[in-house]
Amino acid sequence: MYESEPPFSLEVAQQPAASIRKRRKLPLKRAGEMGIALGYMAPGLLLLGLFLFYPAIRALWLSLSTTDLDGKITGFVGVAQYRLLFTSPAFWTSLRATLLFAVIVVPSTLLVAMGLALLADRELPAIGLFRTLFASPMAASVSAAALIFQLFYNPASGVLNDLLQHMGLGPVPWLTAPGWALFSVALISIWMNVGFTFLLLLGGLAQIPRELYEVADLDGISPWQRLTRITLPLWSPTLFFALIVTMISSFQVFGQINILTRGGPIGATNVLVYDIYRNAFFNFQYTSASAEAMILFAIVIVLTLLQFRIGERRVFYR
Amino acid sequence: MSDRVFPTVCRRIRVATLGRYFLLVLCTIVIVFPFWYALSTALSPTEALNRGPRYWPADPTFSAFADAFNAAPLGRFLLNTVVVSFGIVAGQMIAAVLAAYAFAFLSFPAKRLFFVLFLATMMIPAEATIIPNYLTMRSWGWLDSYAGLVVVPLTSGIGFGTFLMRQFFLQLPLELYEAARVDGASSLRFLLRIALPLSRSGAAIFAVYAFLNAWNQYLWPLLVTSSESMRTVQIGLAMLQWADTTWWNLLMAGVVVILLPTLAVLFLSQKQLAKGVIAGAIRG
Repeated sequence: MYESEPPFSLEVAQQPAASIRKRRKLPLKRAGEMGIALGYMAPGLLLLGLFLFYPAIRALWLSLSTTDLDGKITGFVGVAQYRLLFTSPAFWTSLRATLLFAVIVVPSTLLVAMGLALLADRELPAIGLFRTLFASPMAASVSAAALIFQLFYNPASGVLNDLLQHMGLGPVPWLTAPGWALFSVALISIWMNVGFTFLLLLGGLAQIPRELYEVADLDGISPWQRLTRITLPLWSPTLFFALIVTMISSFQVFGQINILTRGGPIGATNVLVYDIYRNAFFNFQYTSASAEAMILFAIVIVLTLLQFRIGERRVFYR
Repeated sequence: MSDRVFPTVCRRIRVATLGRYFLLVLCTIVIVFPFWYALSTALSPTEALNRGPRYWPADPTFSAFADAFNAAPLGRFLLNTVVVSFGIVAGQMIAAVLAAYAFAFLSFPAKRLFFVLFLATMMIPAEATIIPNYLTMRSWGWLDSYAGLVVVPLTSGIGFGTFLMRQFFLQLPLELYEAARVDGASSLRFLLRIALPLSRSGAAIFAVYAFLNAWNQYLWPLLVTSSESMRTVQIGLAMLQWADTTWWNLLMAGVVVILLPTLAVLFLSQKQLAKGVIAGAIRG
């Protein structure tokens, strides 16, 4: 792991920093610099402390307590909320919907983005324009995307049913049938994710040394072997990173569900974050919602650590 | 290589390139279609939309844009979103640049620990903290206020920004810092006059991502705004849809309006986007 630098590393950041690190021996600490340093870190520490660390701990505490309808803690109950959740069929339905959502979104996003990246990884005239257009869905907000797709899914004048009709296929109840709704909201995420994932994977491809391909071409290697023997192995750190990032964002899906299906029909799209939202802000069940939030937190942490352990060390920013 | 083979190879390459362009165009059409369809609908008069989907605007007119601003306080929503987005970007930038400066140029005890603390914030999903943050905002009376809309989402970018700016500061030669200090420049002056201008490409990468995330955020503004006058455009627009679903051209005019700033940023900052993706994954 250490000897062979992953082909796709923090190009902007890590390489120059690593080469400079030896020269950058800062003068030994003086007590005076601690005060200055604290001053510089103060805005960040204050904001992170008040609105990130403190609420994270408070959420954990809430999940172990009981509260009144105002969210005031009235008692400590230990893991009772978690036990209640794990025996509640509604929670498992919600967790299953979330997993199913991820199962639909993650592989499709990766495959589409891989195809697009392979297609655009060639220096051709006007390729920059195509790359920007391929990345363009990342500019879309979840509300804009949800509203556009709502127009697509419209039963009367929707685009998708119109196109299906031209192909001689019957209308699909996109958002109204429990069997279709999750797929329909997942399609929105796939479209939104593709832009960013494409850019990420294209960056990964650009890190693969071109000489490898030239040597392989001299050896008369077939395009398929080129892909499986050179591209995929050297691409894999980026692919793994993209996999984790897409998984994490799939577990956090909320916007289009609130806008289009509100968890329905009959709970088919009641994913974890939507369930947290309903429980906390409509049913005032702050404690069980906090327990659910902690479970989501745990899932995200596990996925992040997996990326740190198995993949290279890279940072996440949400 | 015989001279008969060479033209064949050339032709094969040309056919392959043509095929690639064909696929590039095909994929572009599919990916851009939602944007195109929103625009086409926004430009179509209502009567034309009643006859079915408009893949191409019939009798294009901008009247839906004017109507959308009349039907809902879109102008107010936009103003709120602009204020909140700039507040978030500026706040993240200030907090991140200052902290990054300490990590890159100062030496102090427990520096590593503080740095890890800043980085660890990137692992905490916003959903894990929204309930306590909501309760805090409510008890401070910060619901329905710019302060409440800015201060919580602000924290989501500080970790990444600090990491990114520190990397750029580390590329500056330390002699620069020492020379400035010998000349009697204060450390803040060195940061603002020398370090930051030399690292502006890093600041640009960060600003682009911070802006995209701030402009597009949905869950937090949904929670903390209840009065119409404080709504951001993302929330306000999504609520328009429940009010009257038949006015598709108005709704899509609104969608086009909220997409324009982010699409403009995307087209103007391709380089920053590509570099930011490499520097770390950014999710909204």
